[in-house]
Amino acid sequence: MSASVTDIDARRRWMSVLAKAEADELEAVWREIPATPDYRILRGPEVGLVMVRARAGGTGTRFNLGEMTVTRCTVELPGGLVGHAYVRGRRPRHAELSAVLDAMLQDPARAEAVAQPVVERLAAAQARRRRVAEARTAATRVEFLTLVRGEE
Amino acid sequence: MLRGLADPAVDGQVIFRAVLQAMARPGCIVEVPGPLEVPSPLHPAAAAVCLALVDFETSLWLDRAARTAAAVEYLRFHSGAVIVDAPGTASFALIADVSSMPALDAFPLGTDEEPERSATLILQVASLDATGGRRLTGPGIAGEVRLRADGLPPAVWSEIRDNHAAFPQGVDLLLVAGARLAALPRSTRVDL
Repeated sequence: MSASVTDIDARRRWMSVLAKAEADELEAVWREIPATPDYRILRGPEVGLVMVRARAGGTGTRFNLGEMTVTRCTVELPGGLVGHAYVRGRRPRHAELSAVLDAMLQDPARAEAVAQPVVERLAAAQARRRRVAEARTAATRVEFLTLVRGEE
Repeated sequence: MLRGLADPAVDGQVIFRAVLQAMARPGCIVEVPGPLEVPSPLHPAAAAVCLALVDFETSLWLDRAARTAAAVEYLRFHSGAVIVDAPGTASFALIADVSSMPALDAFPLGTDEEPERSATLILQVASLDATGGRRLTGPGIAGEVRLRADGLPPAVWSEIRDNHAAFPQGVDLLLVAGARLAALPRSTRVDL
């Protein structure tokens, strides 16, 4: 809103990483930030429902898949930078910390030194979890042999 | 940016109830609990009504005086409203400067079949007083009541009288001053 975000893709990525972090991971990295800013809450954290929409087959007609619980929060740093967060489930603290980090990441002075390393650590942890899950799934893979009835 | 309602769900219901009471008893002045912070030049009651009644499916028109950057940002963020440029497309309108407001029939008046497709106008005035002023009669009023709205030009009062004459079409008005609010629905007759 008040912040000029030059790189929407970059912000999209960090908001996604923050939203998908585990609550205790986020709490741990927050404790390690040397100078956490004073912030004030503009909205929330509040719990609500969002309708998740999907397309049949990924490209077909849009339909309502179902409702999902989300927690959202918006904070403002002393300089006027506004950070938003939407996270799944009932997680007020998670939404609040994510919103503060979102605001910090928009501030070049803070992003480089403080906030960006946090995002990279969280992203690495998520990638690691994903690899483990994929490896576990891959072990159960079944190779189907398709038998085609000979027409000739 | 400024903060809105302390507890949107509960405060929204309290504000809604106050507006309902005001609409049911035209000319009766009610107190509306305000948001935590209000951008200039909005009155607390005007901001409260917007945050409680306006949402992302509602179009809101602001007059020039109300269209400050702070007010637009505040209303967009807290209500999610679509802020429109043409009065004729608004379902709600917030008028901070009543001395230069558009004619009432510039806003949607509804139709005879669908009178509910009309606009609700929030007019900010200097003060509201239940003694002296115009005589109001009609549904919801036992006998008559008096309402004085300082700052509301006589020309607007005569438009309000004509607004009633077009019933069931017409706009509904909410007059606000500070934290106080009084309603003039289209069913109310105003004597000049």
